[in-house]
Parts: sequence; C-alpha cells; structure tokens
Amino acid sequence: MKRIHQTTSAGLGFVPAPLASLPWRVIFLLLAIGGFSWVVLFSAAGGDVDPWASRQAMAFGVFLIAAILISRIRLSFFQRVALPAYAAIVVLLVLVELLGAVKGGSQRWLDLGVIRIQPSEFMKPAIVLALARFYEMLPAGEIRRFGAIWPAAMMIAVPAGLVMLQPDLGTGMMITAGGLTVMFLAGLPIRLFVGGALAIAMMIPIAFNFLLHEYQRNRVLIFLDPESDPLGTGYHISQSKIAIGSGGMFGKGFLNGTQSHLDYLPEGHTDFVFATMAEEWGLVGGILLIAAFILLVRWGVNVGVRADNRFAKLVAGGLATTIFFYVAINLMMVMGLAPVVGIPLPLVSYGGSAQMTVMGCIGILMAVDRENRERVRF
Amino acid sequence: MNTRIVTEAQQAFSFSRRAMVLGGAQAAVGLVLAGRMTWLSVAENERYNLLAESNRVNLTMIPPRRGWIVDRHGAPIANNRTDFRIDIIPDRLEDEDRVLGLLRNLLALTAEDMARIATDLKRAGNFQPVQIAENLDWERFAAVSVRLPELPGVQPTRGFSRNYPAGAAVAHLTGYVGAATAEQFKETRDPLMVTPGFKLGKDGLEKALEPRLRGQAGAKRVEVTARGQIVRELETRPDRQGGTARLTIDLGLQEYAARRLGPNSGSAVVMDAVTGDVLAMVSMPAYDPGSFSDGIGRLEWKMLSDDDHIPLMNKTLQGLYPPGSTVKPMHALAILKAGISPMQTVHCSGVLQVGTGRFHCHKRGGHGAMNMVSAVAQSCDIYFYQMARELGYDRFAPTVRQLGLGVEYDLPFQSQRYGTVPDSAWKLRKYDKRWTVADSVNASIGQGDVLANPLQLAVMAARLAQGREVVPRLMLDRPHAPARRMDIDPEHLAIVHRSMWAVVNGGGTGGRSRFYNLPGIELAGKTGTAQVRRITTAERRTGVLGDGALPFRLRDHSLFVGYAPAAQPRYAVSVVLEHSGHIYTAAPIASDILSWLFDRDKAMARLEPLEKEWGGDIRTRMATQWTAFQAAQAAPVTSVPATPADVEGATTNVVDSAVANQPEPDPAVAQSNVTDRTE
Repeated sequence: MKRIHQTTSAGLGFVPAPLASLPWRVIFLLLAIGGFSWVVLFSAAGGDVDPWASRQAMAFGVFLIAAILISRIRLSFFQRVALPAYAAIVVLLVLVELLGAVKGGSQRWLDLGVIRIQPSEFMKPAIVLALARFYEMLPAGEIRRFGAIWPAAMMIAVPAGLVMLQPDLGTGMMITAGGLTVMFLAGLPIRLFVGGALAIAMMIPIAFNFLLHEYQRNRVLIFLDPESDPLGTGYHISQSKIAIGSGGMFGKGFLNGTQSHLDYLPEGHTDFVFATMAEEWGLVGGILLIAAFILLVRWGVNVGVRADNRFAKLVAGGLATTIFFYVAINLMMVMGLAPVVGIPLPLVSYGGSAQMTVMGCIGILMAVDRENRERVRF
Repeated sequence: MNTRIVTEAQQAFSFSRRAMVLGGAQAAVGLVLAGRMTWLSVAENERYNLLAESNRVNLTMIPPRRGWIVDRHGAPIANNRTDFRIDIIPDRLEDEDRVLGLLRNLLALTAEDMARIATDLKRAGNFQPVQIAENLDWERFAAVSVRLPELPGVQPTRGFSRNYPAGAAVAHLTGYVGAATAEQFKETRDPLMVTPGFKLGKDGLEKALEPRLRGQAGAKRVEVTARGQIVRELETRPDRQGGTARLTIDLGLQEYAARRLGPNSGSAVVMDAVTGDVLAMVSMPAYDPGSFSDGIGRLEWKMLSDDDHIPLMNKTLQGLYPPGSTVKPMHALAILKAGISPMQTVHCSGVLQVGTGRFHCHKRGGHGAMNMVSAVAQSCDIYFYQMARELGYDRFAPTVRQLGLGVEYDLPFQSQRYGTVPDSAWKLRKYDKRWTVADSVNASIGQGDVLANPLQLAVMAARLAQGREVVPRLMLDRPHAPARRMDIDPEHLAIVHRSMWAVVNGGGTGGRSRFYNLPGIELAGKTGTAQVRRITTAERRTGVLGDGALPFRLRDHSLFVGYAPAAQPRYAVSVVLEHSGHIYTAAPIASDILSWLFDRDKAMARLEPLEKEWGGDIRTRMATQWTAFQAAQAAPVTSVPATPADVEGATTNVVDSAVANQPEPDPAVAQSNVTDRTE
C-alpha cells in the first residue's frame, strides 16, 4: 500500500497536478485487463474487431473516464446519496417485478426508450454504500446489539429477494454476498456468520426443493454431474472445461482456439470469455489474468484499510469484495466449480452492464483513495 | 447479544483485522482457482485435448469399393458402377417437412420411400447420414445439387453400387448385397455398417466371400463447427478395394445355360470332369441381383415369392430331387462290381411281382430280353428291379456314395441340401424299420428314398465320365490339378460308357439330345424322370394321366446327366427341370449347353428361334412378367396367380413332393403300385 501511495504521489514537476494525482498503478492494471479483453474478443470474433472488440474498447474507454470522473467526487456526496439511491433502486426493482407480472414472464430490465437499465446491476454497489452508511450512522457501542443486525438484514433481503424473483439467482447471491461482507467488516460478532453459514447449509436442501425454479434446479443438478447431460444444460460446463483443459500450459496460440472458433463453446465472448482466453493463452494467460484481478481486489481492500473514516473503510472493503465476487463466481462457473449462474467476468466479458458496475465501483474506490492521499499530503 | 461496549478505535482495529481475514480468504479463493485451472490444463490436458479434437474433427467413412467377382477368363460377374446418391445429415436438417417435400418432388420418391426415410431419420443419430435415394441418374442428381442452398442437411454423394452384367443368369451364384441390418450393427458396432452406400453380401457368394470382397473403408476427416458446417477438409484416407474373387465359372456358358433353360423351372450344372471346376451353375428362373441389391419393393418381393417356379431358391444346391433313371449307369457299375456279367439278360414283361407288390416298367408291354447296355440305353426298369431284388440295395449304396451322392461339398454357399443315399442301416437309424425288398426295388431306379441335388448329379456324371474322384470347386485360386483316379475297374467303366453312349447315339431314350451339327463330337448321357406323385392302381387301369392334364406341381421332373465328348470325356452336365411336363425336355437342353463349349455360334443359332418363341431373352421376359404381375395386383384380388409360398415354404415343397413319392414300408402301400415311369 505504501508503494502505490508513494509512486502515485511522487509529483513529477512537469506533469500537471491533477494528472499526476491519478492512481496510475490501478489505471495501468485496468488497461492491461481491458487490453487483454480486447485481444480475446478480437479472436472470439474470428480475428475481427467487429462486432465485439471495437465496441468493448469504446465502452471500456467511456467507463474508465467515467470512473476517473467519479473519483473526483467527494466522499461526502456518496455518504449523502447512499440511502436515497438505495431506496430509489428498490423502487425500480419493484417496478421491474410489476412490469414482468403485467407482461407475463420474467424481466430484468426497464426499457427507457434510449437505454435499457437493469436496476439489479446498480444494486450491487448500492447495497454496499447503503449498508456502509447505515453502520457509519450506528453508534459504535450499538454494533454488538440486535439493532445492528435486523435493519441491515432487511436491507439485504428486500432487494436480493426481488432480484431472485426475476429470477436472477446469480445477481441475488451477489447482492447478498456484498451486503454480508459489509456486515462482516462492520464488526458484527463472528459467531453470527458461523451460525448463519450453518443455517444456510441446513437450508440448502429446502431451498433447492421449494424455492428454486425448475431450470435453476437443473443447473445445480447438472453442475454436480455435467456428464449426465452433455448436450443439454451441462453442455456449457463441459465445453468450457474442454476449452480450458485443451489449452494446456501455453494455449493453442492466438486465433487458434477451436472450441471458440467452431462455436462449440457457447457464450464464448460473454460469460465464458475466460474459457476462450484460456484455450488460446493456456495456463499462463489464465494465471496472469487471475493475478491481475487479485492485485485489483487487493488494492481495493487496502484502500479501505488506509481510509480514516468508517464509511470509507466499509465502502472500499465492500466494493472491492463485490469485484472479487464477480471474478470468483465467474471463474468457478467456467471451471466447473459452480453452477452456471450467468455472472460475467468483469472488464473482460463483452457487455456494458457489468463493466459499468465494476468501473463504478472502481471509481468510488479511487475517490476513497484520493481522499486518503489528500489526507496524507495535507 | 453481547453488551460489551465497543469504541471507535476498537472498531477501526477490528476492521483492519477483518479486512486481513477477507483479503486472505480472497487470496485463498484465487489460489484454488489457479490450482483448478492447473489441474484442468496440465493434469487433464491430454483428455481435454482429445475431447476438443473429437469435437472439431468429424470422421466420415468412405465405404470401400467391393472386390469384383470374375469368371475363369476374368470377365466380370459382379463389379461396381458409379452411382449418384442423396443423403441427409439429420443434425443439419432444418424444416424437415419442407425439405423432404421438395426432395420428394425433385427425386420423384414414392410413398414407400418416404415412409422408410421417416423411420430412418427417427432412428439415426445426429451426424449419421440417412439415405434418401441412390442410383440416381445425372439429371435428378443435378436437380438436387443445384438447389442445395435451400436444402440444409442434404448431401449429394458419388459412390459405387454393385452391378451384375449378366443379371438373373448369375443371381443364385452371386447372391446379392444389401445394407447392413440393425442387428448386424449392434453385433459389430462397426460404424461402417451404418454408413450410407455400404452394402454387404446377403446371399450366395457375395455373402460367403464377404471377408475377401469387402475391402477397407476409407475415411474423410473434416473440421466442422458445432452446427455441423464443414470448415475444411483435413485429410482423406482412400478406401482399399476388396480383393477379386476368381471363379471357375465360364460366364459365357453360364449365361447360355440360363437362357437355354428358357421358361422352365430348373437348373443346369456343368463341370470339368478332370479338375472338378464348376463351369456353370444355373438355377432358373431367378431374380435380378442388381435390383435386389438396390433394395427390393414389397410388390416385387411378393411376385418372386408367390411364383411356383421358385425364383428365390438356388435349386442347384437346395433343390432335392429323386434322380430317377439317371442313376442307372451308376447302378450298372455297382452291378458289375457285384460280379454280374454285363451280358446276363433279364426278361422285361412290363411288370414285376415283388412280394405282394407289382412294379411296372415305363414301357407297358415290356422290353423283352435286356442285357446291361440295352437296359441302360432303353432305361428298362425291370432289369434294375431284378438286379436290386437279387443283390439288395446295400450292395449299390457304396458305389452311389463313391460317385458323389449324399455328400455335402465344400463350396462357398451358406446352405446345401445333400439328400439321401438309402440303405438298410440308414433306414434302421431313421425309421427304426427293416429294409425291404420293395425298398431296394424302388431305389434301383432312383426313386423311393434316393434324393440328390443337381450339383451331385453333375458330380456323378463327371466321375462316371473320367473315373476320377472330382470334387466340385468354384474358386479358381489353386492351380488346376487333375483329380486322382477312383478305384473302379476300367473295364467296368468302359461298359458303362458304352451304355451311356447308346442312350444318346445308339437308339436309346436320349436320342433327341444327340449333338446337332457337331461333326466328330458325341454326347453320352442318361435321361431320367422323377415322379412326384403316386400313381394308383385305379389310375393305371384307366390310363395314366398325361402331364398336361396335371397341375404344375404334380407334373414329373425331367432330368438328364451326361458328358462330352463321348470318346474322351471332358465336360459333364446335369440338367433338372422341375415339373417340366414333358418327358424329353431336359436332354436337348443339356445337349445344347454342352455344345456351346464346342461351337458357340451354332449353339447360339439354336437358341435364337427358341427365345423368340418364349417371348424374348431373360430380361425381356422378366419385365413382361413384372408388368403382368403389377396389372394383376391392381385388378381384383381373385386374379392373384399361383399358390402363395415364401422361399422357405417353396423349398420344403420340393422335398415334400419327393417324400410323397416315397413308398411307405407298409406292404399295403407297396401293393398300391408305386412305380416309375422312366422312359
């Protein structure tokens, strides 16, 4: 943490101060990940910038600039808007649910004519901000009381429940996990989490039988035994594992992936982009990418550790972990360690929503980072 | 709840600690992921590489070209011709109804075809091609080829199909080929079995020689996308054609014999009396093996199986007949061996009383005094009755076996019926009854329990001709070697030869089979008639019914065995005509067939007017029959001709009729005058 701090703030005389104050280490890390994504998407399209690589690069640029702009916003603004924004998104989630009920069938987005917004995507950072705000407002002495638990639990349960009703198990799980992370970091008694984990373990059979949709149940079953349905739902996992496994140590080489180019790998440019990458770049490419994400998340957590106020600490830790959840769930899915839940690999998978969310998270993290450094300087 | 008061400083410390725990957990997950990836891509790399390859590469088998079957001179009996075929890859088929509808129009498919295609499509795996049509002419093939863009999943292919230039003339020799059955695929799990265009032998030599003829399948490796679209061809391993099977058959003779048999239901076998080479082996009528190999329609099958001329049976090996008087030269040999002088005479009065039974000669008034040569030449029954009564058939049977009856030969055919050479031991074993004099008397003229197939009769003729122990052989894969001489007194053989010469050339019963216009070459032989019904005393009193008055299946069989040239025997022949309805029909046919070996042009000249009379050559007559059958089937049911009988039933039929002819050992039956009407 010291190193980042020192290099980024070591003002080179001829560089304008606002530029020099940018967290260049992180930006380079992001550029590396985004660049690699561009290369993989270029290959996934059969060696063409269209249709994915070019648009992905554009979106990446736009969202990176947006993240830098967000980093200029003072943290107190996020403190103020955390709860209202949370409430607004809950309302949007209800609206989506109602619309879906009216139209008949599940729906995840609101069509505003110009853009489609997916409120559940916004909820991922929003739940972190809102809970961070809640625990900031909570007097320190209250933290081990019941009053520290139930409002937070409600704040998680309402949006997570709404999202799971859509039904979007993956996002619902991520909202819950993000919220729980903040609760954990806020200092709730450890035994609550241990007890909760045990309770969930006991709940799993019940949830599996009564709460999950048929297709979700199937996904779980097939995840447990992918060979049982190699051409049906298990196809995704099987083909993804084949792509990763056949890549070997150094991969088949750029543009030489067969699983992706011959369409055996479904969703090779979105959710399963890691498999597309691994087929051509092998274990080396995979380890590098995993390392890059670990560095990114570690940076985020460290920003939280260095922060001087409770809100900033919880926000940074929570958002960093949200990014971590994205990566971990996606990679577990493509490597056959988790059921197919439809979580993209942030910054690498083609598509705007996840990229926007993650860049938003990074923007806020950079804002916290900026305030940390300003505090040191002055 | 714990009520310990937490200060803000404590809280900040707690955060750092928990953040460390969180970071540690995240790092651990990262390690797990890296480990998992290492496991997949390093430890399991080989397995997944294979899976990726089997995804990427689609192996299409190329059916091997089948080996040729050629005759002794190398002329093709069965070969392959280029064939245009249309298949469907089920996985790539879109909008099945539309595509099939379009194909139906383009290829003029019948409802029967459509039903088969629907069944095949249901059964086939995703990438297993299903045959739509084969043997297409270029126009129809091209019509589909140009419209491929609107026919997803349709695959036009050029392949080979089996071709039999001589058609029906070789049907029972070659058998036919056909697609493998589902059972055959299940047995072998060989993907070749379900490759469109692959055919294997279903009958005859095609089946027996399958391992030699099949060859090795080629393979085409193509890179395909998940949707089955071919990206590029990787490599093609060409097929290896099956080996050529060279037969001892002379295709020209085979065809001539088939044509010369005409509309008869019968068989002809020609053998080399020195080497045992089978030069012709014909069973007529027959099916067209080419049309069988393409798959036969239900109606065509019905026509063939309903036909009382049994075109589906190879009569040369599966037809069993009482050999009738054709056994007489052989029996003469047995009589000589028993020490009877050939000059000893027997008086033929036309009837012989044996116990309570009366046995008739075919000549009502009797032949008068008969010695051995005249008895064979005139086919006198009484002479042989008398000899058998004196010697007993047990002294005939060893010679009969020595000359090749009752033996199953090692020939590449699935089924042979090898008949019966009866004697007292056989009867005791089979019926647990004592052999009677009546049995000997019946057997002495080739009736009763004696049964032989036409090939055995040809072997008999060949062994009589040369006195060599010839064994019929069909495969020309060893060099010619004259068969070794049998233990027969050459003087005895000379007497038999003289009698067989007299049958044809010495005013005997076979006079009409003398070689026509072949100076210096003579035929020797023996005629025979096999009765398939019992003639009752009552019928004999009112006059024996002529064959014309009898239904087809009750008419007598007409037989002839012989060899030529009479002076230096080389070729042996047997001709058996089922229910031919004419006593002398077999002999001239046998004569013409053998004459082909000496002068083809003259033989052909004799055939031409006959074929005109019969309504054209084999192909023309079969086409006429097919047209007539279709017309009859379209007409009301009452017009269905013939008695329905499938191949199996028809085969049994022949044996049954022969068995019906066999006198029961009961004396009361012997009294009912079971006799022979040998000419």
